[in-house]
Amino acid sequence: MKNLLISFLTISVYISPTYSVTADENTVNTLMKSYQLKGVKSADAQRGEQFWSKTFTGNEPFTERSCKSCHTANLKTKGEHVRTGKIIKPLAPSVNQASLSDVKKVNKWFKRNCKWTTGKECSAQVKADILAFIKQQ
Amino acid sequence: MKYPVTVSLIILITGVIMVPVVFSDGDRREYRQRSVGVAPVHSPKYQEECSSCHMAYPPGLLPARSWKKIMAGLEKHFGDNAEIDVESLKSISEFLVTNSADDSDYRRSRKIMRSLNSNDTPIRITETPYIKYKHDEIPDTLIKFNKKVNSLANCNACHHKAEQGLYSEDGVHIPGYGRWDD
Repeated sequence: MKNLLISFLTISVYISPTYSVTADENTVNTLMKSYQLKGVKSADAQRGEQFWSKTFTGNEPFTERSCKSCHTANLKTKGEHVRTGKIIKPLAPSVNQASLSDVKKVNKWFKRNCKWTTGKECSAQVKADILAFIKQQ
Repeated sequence: MKYPVTVSLIILITGVIMVPVVFSDGDRREYRQRSVGVAPVHSPKYQEECSSCHMAYPPGLLPARSWKKIMAGLEKHFGDNAEIDVESLKSISEFLVTNSADDSDYRRSRKIMRSLNSNDTPIRITETPYIKYKHDEIPDTLIKFNKKVNSLANCNACHHKAEQGLYSEDGVHIPGYGRWDD
């Protein structure tokens, strides 16, 4: 019985670091489930990547806008707020563990940034595709 | 006649001895901050929600009426969308209004308030007459056309202790130029 307990504890020690990494996975899964409830069948990272580079028209002085305007084309590098110049941490989870780790934050930024960039909120399908694309980075 | 002189001397000496007791280091720091800056208040929520995009401006730089106006229009926030959830909106607004310039006894807050008419509701700190006047001699080349500054709104590009509410001239360092002396 004692041996069993010790092996159980040893296993938990080995599992716990992996578990903290998969917390990110949980965030993505929760978000994906919420998109499925809105009718999304599957997420396509490639489509997400295309959307990332798509340009939209906006008011002066930022008449051409895209995700790249602030986050750049390479998600592994830091971005810069187009108006204030404030540094934006890289979105790629491979270099920034905090990225995609908080459902509330992802929802907040999707809402704000889709509205500024495209003029309206993004559809659940677009969000699912972008999420799939960012997750791969 | 001798007696009052002794009393005055005792009072004087006691006063001198008491100075370090009454004005401890902390007091002196606070006194300095009061005389050169704005209140160094802090809110983790404000920091989190607002400073992702810009410096967390100390609330003592604008009157309460201005903060209320700004917070009522976050959907169109200086050309950006800065919507936040209702709960954050409520708590941040409360923080800004409570610590606004109105009743502050910090030097910069008092100066800003004095420079405004009672019906002025500026939504830009940089448009308050006091702040405008304080920067009117600095050429555009050092602010607007300085790539490391960009705008007068980037206080902390030159005032390195801006977020802590300190704006004295000896703390100014303009990128690519150096110290600024009036």
